[in-house]
Amino acid sequence: MITVKNLKKSFDNKPILKGISCEFEKGKTSLIIGQTGSGKTVFLKSLLGLHKHDEGQIIFDNKDIELMNERQKMELKSNIGTVFQGSALFDSMTIEENVMFPLKMFENMSSDEMLDRVNVVLKRVELENSNKKMPSEASGGMQKRVAIARAIVNNPNYLFCDEPNSGLDPKTAIVIDNLIKEITEELNITTIINSHDMNSVMEIGEKIIFLRNGILEWEGSKKNIFKTDNQAVTDFVYSSNLYKKVRKMYLNQ
Amino acid sequence: MTFLHNIGLYILMLQKMFHKPTKWKVMKELILKDTEDTVINSLGIISFVSFFIGGVITIQLALSTTGSFYPDYLVGYATRETIILEFAPTIISIIMAGKVGSFITSSIGSMRVTEQIDALEVMGINSINYLVFPKVIALLLYPFLISIAMFLGILGGMVACVYGGYSTMNAFIEGIQTDFTPFHMTYAFIKSFVFAFILATVPSFHGYYMKGGALEVGKASTKSFIWTSVSIVVFNFLITQMLLG
Repeated sequence: MITVKNLKKSFDNKPILKGISCEFEKGKTSLIIGQTGSGKTVFLKSLLGLHKHDEGQIIFDNKDIELMNERQKMELKSNIGTVFQGSALFDSMTIEENVMFPLKMFENMSSDEMLDRVNVVLKRVELENSNKKMPSEASGGMQKRVAIARAIVNNPNYLFCDEPNSGLDPKTAIVIDNLIKEITEELNITTIINSHDMNSVMEIGEKIIFLRNGILEWEGSKKNIFKTDNQAVTDFVYSSNLYKKVRKMYLNQ
Repeated sequence: MTFLHNIGLYILMLQKMFHKPTKWKVMKELILKDTEDTVINSLGIISFVSFFIGGVITIQLALSTTGSFYPDYLVGYATRETIILEFAPTIISIIMAGKVGSFITSSIGSMRVTEQIDALEVMGINSINYLVFPKVIALLLYPFLISIAMFLGILGGMVACVYGGYSTMNAFIEGIQTDFTPFHMTYAFIKSFVFAFILATVPSFHGYYMKGGALEVGKASTKSFIWTSVSIVVFNFLITQMLLG
């Protein structure tokens, strides 16, 4: 579980996060949504430790990240899997080497053991027999699946995904969403997804956090989002006519 | 202010390069790969340039001393001194700033743009140690390249001198052996080590701290070439003043 208390972050005296408090539960897929510039990416990067926050607390399973020593921070980071928006696969490595990378860096396993583990996760993301391909030879959807495989190869406790289905066609996007949800349940990990894809919200949003101008405007589940009367949320989520109709049908039922 | 800020950032980068070292098993592979990319893959261009520029230096020296009271061996002597003292260590390093320097900046810069450096950081890996340190170690072999440049430069000079009819082979060889000062080799290799460190770290700095997209990667490569060349020229002056002045 990850607990965030009164998180504040500013750049050049311009406040980006203005005191966010929330919790992300284990075994659930949580989504952070919000318009461009709402602070989603800064929030996610602060949780990942890529931005140092100005105030507040980030607590990973009862351990405040600020009170951890270097070794504990390293241990925590090796327990975090991350899927970046652009996949962030290492261009100079094959798919197999990319997935094997965290094992090589942090685990004391033999080459055969590592290869077995890589094959297991590649099979899980339906990429068996793609071991020797280079990332440039893989499609956008395949690259995302490799990124997911790399993120889960050393059985992390936390999975962070920054817009995992951006740039993908709707069908592949749903496949990726479902894969993340299934993996979260199988491994019983805390998953946080940064997204502005409304399909993801409706499909896998067990917990949804809506950010607006650096503050937490609303939080709830995908069921709650249909019923909310928060104007900012409804304006954002139901901006298309299709979703307006879907909401109307849901409320009529 | 920006200049001082960048100097500070560069020093911090050098300091961070020695923190949290990457696993030796992985580092060994990185060093071998960077040795291939920076040293082995430069052998062709270095050999080609050295041989022909050695030839040109000899022809120019021979033309300006023909028909005078200068002894025949002077062409060989002057070619050796020019190549060992200045051409091989300094001019080759400026060429390498263009070849290896821009390769280092663009490869690290592309990793920055495509979030690969962020991916390393969130895994708890010291990305500066992972990316820069193996390049510094790989370029410890740089004096080996300079030795080849010295040999081929003098060989090119000899070929041009003898087959161009400017002097005889015996006179050229006599020139190469005349008044040889072993310390000049030490001086050239000290310079090579310093330039190797500059070649590994200055382009890495420009790639690592770049911001923006693909266009900025190109701009960072150009900037890196300029600053690497400037650093080489300035350190060349300082080392020469300290060791030969």
